[in-house]
Amino acid sequence: MSLPDSYLEYPARRYGMDHDRYDWSDLFQRKPVTWPGGARIALSIVTHVQHFPLDMPAKPFKAPGALSMPYPDFRYYTNRDYGNRIGIYRVLRLLAEKGLRTSMAINGIIAARYPALIRAVVADGHEVVAHGLDMGKVHHSGLSADEEGSIIAETLELLRKVSGQKVDGWLSPGRAQSFNTPELLVKNGVRYALDWANDDMPYAMRTKEGAILAMPLAYETDDRVVADEYFHSEPEWVQQVKDRFDVLYRESAEYGGRVMSLPLHSWVSGMPYRIEYLREVLDYMLSHEGVWTAPAGEIADAFKAQA
Amino acid sequence: MSSATNEIRSDLGLYDYLPWPDRPKITWPGGKKIAVWIAPNIEFYEYNPPNNPTRTPWPRPNPDVLQYSHRDYGNRAGWQRMMAAMDAAGFRGSVSLNVALCDHHPEIIRACADRGWEFFSHGIYNTRYVYNMTIEQEREIIRDAFETVRKHTGQELAGWLSPALSNNLWTMDILSEAGIQYTCDMFHDDQPMPVKVKTGRLISMPYSLEMNDVIVYNTQKTTPRHYGEIIKRQFDQLYKEGEESGTVMCIPLHPYLVGQPHRIDAFAEAIEYIAGHDGVWKATGREIAEAYHSSGAYDAMKAAMAAHAAEQENR
Repeated sequence: MSLPDSYLEYPARRYGMDHDRYDWSDLFQRKPVTWPGGARIALSIVTHVQHFPLDMPAKPFKAPGALSMPYPDFRYYTNRDYGNRIGIYRVLRLLAEKGLRTSMAINGIIAARYPALIRAVVADGHEVVAHGLDMGKVHHSGLSADEEGSIIAETLELLRKVSGQKVDGWLSPGRAQSFNTPELLVKNGVRYALDWANDDMPYAMRTKEGAILAMPLAYETDDRVVADEYFHSEPEWVQQVKDRFDVLYRESAEYGGRVMSLPLHSWVSGMPYRIEYLREVLDYMLSHEGVWTAPAGEIADAFKAQA
Repeated sequence: MSSATNEIRSDLGLYDYLPWPDRPKITWPGGKKIAVWIAPNIEFYEYNPPNNPTRTPWPRPNPDVLQYSHRDYGNRAGWQRMMAAMDAAGFRGSVSLNVALCDHHPEIIRACADRGWEFFSHGIYNTRYVYNMTIEQEREIIRDAFETVRKHTGQELAGWLSPALSNNLWTMDILSEAGIQYTCDMFHDDQPMPVKVKTGRLISMPYSLEMNDVIVYNTQKTTPRHYGEIIKRQFDQLYKEGEESGTVMCIPLHPYLVGQPHRIDAFAEAIEYIAGHDGVWKATGREIAEAYHSSGAYDAMKAAMAAHAAEQENR
């Protein structure tokens, strides 16, 4: 076995990035951002609401949280569905107690299966963000642009119809994209996406169909990642979220407004033994001066207004 | 074309045994007890890399935007936090550099160079492995690394950490032949040790898997605050042992991990703790290698290994 000499050729070795989606930019050298009311932190809470089909395919890869037992996997199918029956309502109740309006990233198929869930989310003033069709429909470059485009269109149609919202934010299942995804999103009226994990602030991403805003979403302090990938306890999750907040809050004094993102899953944080830990992190962050909690779409608007 | 292959054998064959007790004493400049060096891996992972039959670059098909963007975080945000923490504690870095980063992000290279940081090579990209390369191909990436680092920083490479720790059985020979003085790819000892190569005086530099933030956070699943604790524990022990013979402690980092907001403060506090002790030599990899040679430790260790082998023969 040997490698072709082309393995030692680097066609994208040049100044800046090795693709055209965005320019390199140093987080600490940017024009400071000011949030509404002079807030230092825009708190972006994004709760995943997901459907894992019993027959979800294993190829080309499974989205995180996927069913993993031999078919038929009663265990994880129902455990994930718990989030749609109980968990989301427990999260909604806590957010309502705190008077918070946030974002809910919802698989499109949820609108067809459980329209009451969408109505509850909308009634509480939350923003519906499209989270792909279901967790078995991952976006990848093995899909043709037509195939992927129809998944995106169907997702948005379902969520827009039932929610009555414009639904112009996107989070891919497993945060996975193909080479075509950003173009297809813009074509379908999506304004911002939460997939890329390379920044603590929004930034503009280029597509052949026009710009899309990349919105930050923390990867490693996500409730599911901490619980199911790092196997850390809930108090350890609380500590990490607080530590993350503290650093961003401190930086906001010198570098301008920051986004603190808090990704949650209805089937993780919506568990009875976890919900009070979520309350603890919310209470901690909200006890600080200058924290503005808003749906991701409104944070995107505030950012774009001064970009 | 060379016909060299990685033949299957049971021993790496790159170093001789030398028990820890009764080794020649290592003396660091100024009589310091411990050489502490911090090695940030400043890396570039490609958006659409070619496949290598031995290792697929990304877990998902290209483009794996989640993993790609997670790495890219280090070059947009994380590196600045890491550098600020090191500045505050007075540490220079020895950069484990994917040399193509000189082309992509010269601003980061400049900031490191301005602080007197050392650059050593971590291959061209972290998504290009030496698996399945011929010796000639591997020599070509070594040549590229020397030339790129010289052109962008004026430095002559002294150290090497293979890209993604991929290696061939001949790698150490061709590194030494090209003028590399220390390798970071071996974890068999706490002290720098002579490596058995065909030419040159290559040493293995203690680099540490278990202080490496990737291993700590992602393999051992350690919490950010506990990482701070284990850094301090590792230091305390090696500092104490440094009374007897000079020790080395390395902290290998990745700005996309340690530079995250929820991790940086625990790390910063740990290196402040280290810096608060007397007798700590805040060194670079090159400086440690040079002191190891100039103090006579290299020759003494080599002689001790030969004597140990002879003694075993005569038993």
